[in-house]
Amino acid sequence: MIDYLIRRILLMIPTLVAISFLCFVIIQLPPGDYLSTYIAELQSQGEAVDQAKIDFLRQQYGLDRPFLEQYVVWLFGCLQGDFGWSFEYERPVSEVVGDRLVLSIILSFSTVLFTWIVAFPIGIYSATHRYTLADHGLTFLGFLGLATPNFLLALILLYATNRVFGTSIGGLMDPVYLGQSWSWGKVVSVLEHLVVPTIVIGTAGTAAMIRRLRANLLDELHKQYVTTARAKGMAPGRLLIKYPLRMALNPFIADIGNLLPQLVSGAAVVSIVMSLPTTGPMLLDALRSQDMYLAGSFLLFLALLTVVGVLLSDLALAALDPRIRLQDTSR
Amino acid sequence: MTRRFVSDQPYDPAHTVPLSAAQERFYAATPRQLFWYRFLRHKPAVVSAVILVAMYLACLCIEFLAPYDLETRHSDHILAPPQSIHLFHEGRLVGPFVYGFDYQLDLETLQRNYTPNPQKVQPLRFFCHGDDYRFWGMIEGTLHLVCPAEGGTVFLLGTDRLGRDIFSRLLYGMRISLTVGILGIAISLVLGVLFGGLAGYYGGWVDNIIQRAIEVLRSFPELPLWMALSASLPVDWSPVVIYFGITIILGLLDWTGLARSVRSKFLALREEDFCVAAELMGASPTRIILRHLMPSFMSHLIASATLAIPGMILGETALSFLGLGLRPPITSWGVMLAEAQNINAVVLYPWLMAPVVPVMITVLAFNFLGDGLRDAADPYSR
Repeated sequence: MIDYLIRRILLMIPTLVAISFLCFVIIQLPPGDYLSTYIAELQSQGEAVDQAKIDFLRQQYGLDRPFLEQYVVWLFGCLQGDFGWSFEYERPVSEVVGDRLVLSIILSFSTVLFTWIVAFPIGIYSATHRYTLADHGLTFLGFLGLATPNFLLALILLYATNRVFGTSIGGLMDPVYLGQSWSWGKVVSVLEHLVVPTIVIGTAGTAAMIRRLRANLLDELHKQYVTTARAKGMAPGRLLIKYPLRMALNPFIADIGNLLPQLVSGAAVVSIVMSLPTTGPMLLDALRSQDMYLAGSFLLFLALLTVVGVLLSDLALAALDPRIRLQDTSR
Repeated sequence: MTRRFVSDQPYDPAHTVPLSAAQERFYAATPRQLFWYRFLRHKPAVVSAVILVAMYLACLCIEFLAPYDLETRHSDHILAPPQSIHLFHEGRLVGPFVYGFDYQLDLETLQRNYTPNPQKVQPLRFFCHGDDYRFWGMIEGTLHLVCPAEGGTVFLLGTDRLGRDIFSRLLYGMRISLTVGILGIAISLVLGVLFGGLAGYYGGWVDNIIQRAIEVLRSFPELPLWMALSASLPVDWSPVVIYFGITIILGLLDWTGLARSVRSKFLALREEDFCVAAELMGASPTRIILRHLMPSFMSHLIASATLAIPGMILGETALSFLGLGLRPPITSWGVMLAEAQNINAVVLYPWLMAPVVPVMITVLAFNFLGDGLRDAADPYSR
């Protein structure tokens, strides 16, 4: 197990380096850089350009140096916790990013939980009651969830919760609590506001998960050991939980790898629509204004989040399923 | 010694069990025919296929089908609600017609109020002359399938904030939204087969590098990456070039799934006898791949590709919705939805969200079609 862990972590390093390089290439793609855009903007407004500041920034962040050199400087900075300078906010990236990243992680985590809690019973029910009206209905709902663009679902649900529960629209908490210290009311308000995004982001993933669990469980239910156990008079409920369900559980953990990038993507758009202070809206702004270090760091963090998530899911899978663990150590 | 039953019928070595015509047809069917039979059994897939074919055919002649042109503005009908089609007026059959609007501006809320006036009966005209258009940007014409009555209007799905007919724009948007997915998947199919094939056929270090690359690409959340790439498209490019740029971006990042399935199929098939035989007979790798390997998993690949299209359509919609995707005057469903971005639209002008319906239908149809194709392509399915 420890061998497996070490090898997996070592394998992550080249992946992460490649990811960081790709991030850097992408944020360098647009012609020009933030400073040239900034100068053009100032000039178009007829304002004076503070040449000293521009020169300082350009030199400080090596915008005039060759591409590879800039990358290496940035990469080593990242390793030391210095992610560069956000031109837009005029603060170091690490200061700007902090809170938002935490919230993104909370949101992703609560969405994974939501997906599990919803998909689990529905998947089992659909598989054990195949081709019943409820199964068809749930399958249809699942397909609808898969097909609805989630930014739109966000708009509709926002409207509905505002109408029914009177929750304020958008943001992470009621405007009343903004700038106040943490209190019980504030926590409740935050939780209230997390419900809609969690549901919206989780819908597509839940639908996919239900379909997969149903298919897996159906495969298991048709196997001979189930028939044997049934013939021996085992209680159906106990049988289901003890054997086929355990086998069908793997996708729940293994799917985090597929689920996470999808969730992060969904979270980005939904947060923009609902103006949640997560990474999404800030990434969009940073991309628009070519605030390259900020955008690059966001991309890097989001990718890191998924890589670590996949690692955790692989480890959990190896811990739970002896087949995977043994197959890997024997090699 | 036990007695056995021996039939006293004369033995006829040429005797066979007669097959019914249907059985005959089934046993003599080629793999392609079997594929077809199995596909036809999957009813949702067949229905979806019909819907999709109809939509793509409609894409060919939008100019004729749409009652208005893409950019026609009706400044006296801004944000007008949908007009429904009636057949009977005061118990009398008039044929399809709509009621004209009475317009009133609420001076307190500055909200425009349109009320259908039962006195204004405006029968629709068919195969009539309306807005000028250039068919596919080339041939000029004025013929439309449906036009409003002289001096009347027909806004089946209402109008937007510039007074443009949403139904017509929806049809024009279909042309863009549906082709984005097809072009994108074509690109990712080529890349997927190329890289997946290389990895699966050669194995070794080629395989290793490609696998790592796939892993890196897959660990990026798709949408932020799409956002970053489309934000990098220069602002001064023309909308048409941007359109191709977006399809290329969608395709460039989506090939990993296809490459993986191609690779695993290759790995499995490479060891098969027919492949070894071809190799021993001196066939070149290109020939083996194209002549022997490709046909055996092409159907499977097409099914996977079909299942990947909805993701691209949704991706384009999301990008355009955020303002990073297509730009006017190119109109896709996502571009139209960008107008319904705030909560006011949901409350006051819900018809602005009409493009969601075709998006959902398309995505569902592609999903069902892909499911049906995949089931049909799997030769060992029940």
